[in-house]
Amino acid sequence: MKLKSKHLLGIEDISKEEINLILDTADSMAEISQRDIKKVPTLRGKTVINFFLEPSTRTRSSFEIAEKRLTADSLNFASATSSILKGETLIDTTLNLEAMAPDFIVIRHSEPGSPHMLAKICNSSIINAGDGPHEHPTQALLDAYTIRQKKGKIKGLRVAIIGDITHSRVVRSNIFLLKKMGADVVIAGPSTLMPVEIEKTGVEVRYSTDDAAEGADVIMMLRIQMERQRKGYFPSTREYFSLFGLTEERVRRAKPDVIIMHPGPMNRGVEIASEVADGPYSVILEQVANGVAVRMAVLYLLAGGGKDENAA
Amino acid sequence: MKMLLKNGRVIDPANKIDDTLDIIIEDGKISEIKPRISEKGIETIDLAGLVVAPGFIDMHVHLREPGREDEETIETGTKAAAAGGFTGVACMPNTEPVNDDQAVTEYILSQAKKSAIVNVYPIGCITKAREGEELAQIGDLVESGVVAVSDDGNCVASGLIMRKALEYTKMFGIPIIDHCEDPNLSDGGVMNEGYYSTILGLKGMPFLAEDVMAIRDILLAEMVKGKLHIAHVSTKGCVNMVREAKKRGAHVTCEVTPHHFTLTDAAVMGYDTNTKMNPPLRSEGDRKAVLEGLKDGTIDCIATDHAPHNSIEKNVEFSQAPFGIIGLETAVSLALDRLVHTRIINLSRLVELMSLNPARILNIKKGILSKGEDADITILDIKKTVTVDVKKLKSKSRNTPFNGLKLKGAPVMTIVSGKIVHDSR
Ligand SMILES: [Zn+2]
Repeated sequence: MKLKSKHLLGIEDISKEEINLILDTADSMAEISQRDIKKVPTLRGKTVINFFLEPSTRTRSSFEIAEKRLTADSLNFASATSSILKGETLIDTTLNLEAMAPDFIVIRHSEPGSPHMLAKICNSSIINAGDGPHEHPTQALLDAYTIRQKKGKIKGLRVAIIGDITHSRVVRSNIFLLKKMGADVVIAGPSTLMPVEIEKTGVEVRYSTDDAAEGADVIMMLRIQMERQRKGYFPSTREYFSLFGLTEERVRRAKPDVIIMHPGPMNRGVEIASEVADGPYSVILEQVANGVAVRMAVLYLLAGGGKDENAA
Repeated sequence: MKMLLKNGRVIDPANKIDDTLDIIIEDGKISEIKPRISEKGIETIDLAGLVVAPGFIDMHVHLREPGREDEETIETGTKAAAAGGFTGVACMPNTEPVNDDQAVTEYILSQAKKSAIVNVYPIGCITKAREGEELAQIGDLVESGVVAVSDDGNCVASGLIMRKALEYTKMFGIPIIDHCEDPNLSDGGVMNEGYYSTILGLKGMPFLAEDVMAIRDILLAEMVKGKLHIAHVSTKGCVNMVREAKKRGAHVTCEVTPHHFTLTDAAVMGYDTNTKMNPPLRSEGDRKAVLEGLKDGTIDCIATDHAPHNSIEKNVEFSQAPFGIIGLETAVSLALDRLVHTRIINLSRLVELMSLNPARILNIKKGILSKGEDADITILDIKKTVTVDVKKLKSKSRNTPFNGLKLKGAPVMTIVSGKIVHDSR
């Protein structure tokens, strides 16, 4: 089986089978990262442009390592060096990058839909590394990979996602993915940070971490941006922590074998207590490690790799 | 200078006519209209099987001249209008410079005289520079020929200024056309706030931003007995409030665009910037309420809000793209296909919505086919199937979400003051 599209724009556009394929492929990629020499020649001769119009050290580093482990040539094109700042349009800049004949463009941009726009004009494979508050598909895939690793399955699990739902790309991709794989999803956050009609995606909506944590197999915390306070979404970070922060006491409402996740970077004492972040249930650092394997899998599959190539 | 239109199905709601009649046009006016006229030796056009209506008027277009002639000019805009079945267009004042001054109105009218192939009715600003702070020189503007005032694109946010404007325009008998949107509540949104904005991660504008301004305007108009016309109604709440206001006897009229009765915010999926307009495409519930308003008479007219934009400006990230789509060349077919063939309204009501009512609202002597009236005529082939093809548009801009759409019914001939300005029979 192979991926149907040559792009990875979002989880919304891919099937359950494709998600399983990516997660299975990530298993063999994770094995590469265990070796002494963490490098395979799979993408030798392929060029990847990491086109980051919004700073994100974590996601970019994770992609870069994934690319290097597959022996791809990669080029970082960050916003500081981008001509977009000089008034060139995104399309013009991208066409210039395209002229260098890359095989992949990994794009991170604050504008929802920007990868979709590029997919229409580019020959290279576009990978969405986060488009504003829309999607962040590789994050959702690495989260799913981590859940599967810890729980052996995704179907039937109760997953609580807590924090700033409105502005989170992580949440949208995770909702699409977890619902496709048969999990129960409950989301929680201040009502000012809850987008309208989100329940139509099939999630349950709660307005407290206590409620959301109840009986959860997985608790996924989201980063709170401090400037939201000034914009009137909540009155203070102190009040936010008291209503929504994940404390040890709240973790006790969840299943005894709950895992705690966070896409990082964390605000300790705002959305998550330090004891929880560093505690026994936390899989936060494993998420980071798994991010590399999942991104390797995505690059490998989009480049045309896949199991059973000669079957049938 | 004489022409005979034979065998057409004449629909003229002002005279309550729906009958096969012949029309003689002489020196730009209708000189005779009755069954079976035979006159030899003059140009005779057989319109059997076609509908003959008083010329359609689009009371909400952006012609972009002066200032953005790269997007549209009075010449290209009126060519698009003629091709779309319109014999007249009213043009919004958000040009560069804005039409808040006699000189601009006069410039538009003189350009129209030189290059327009349909009638052009300028609309002036309500406030200076459309800034919502001080009244524009409305008296001067009326004297130069504006038929209404509007700050379209912007809402007059101050209730006090809106009150003064409604009071002041009463002296001239012209309507105020308001773009109802509370800028505080719309808060930089780029599409309708709802399920689709949530899924797409785009900032939403709530329906309430339109509703609260509409009710403020209606209450002010009732209080001061001013003449209010609400532009491009798009929400269920707004339709309901206009309906209630009319029952109370307020001088309130409103228009709806073809895109709002055809599409919903689901069309934004895929991030096509040709689905970005203001007011935004709303929910299915809103669309149904608009259809109800078209059916029961709450909505007075169909206007396109023809907003040409350069493809360079539209070919950017969704949030960055300007609002608006072109509409002159698709409006009549959309109305025939989506409203008449679906039996939501009949042809006579369509003519009311696209000809008689806009003429009445703007207080211009059009929209009627009696003897002695201007020979402004729109001819429709309600059975003709057309496919929207952006490459063939007369407009200078190409920003439409309807490219490739197949529609039943089309305008086939447009006559302005007795002159055929478009013929695609
Ligand atoms: Zn407007």
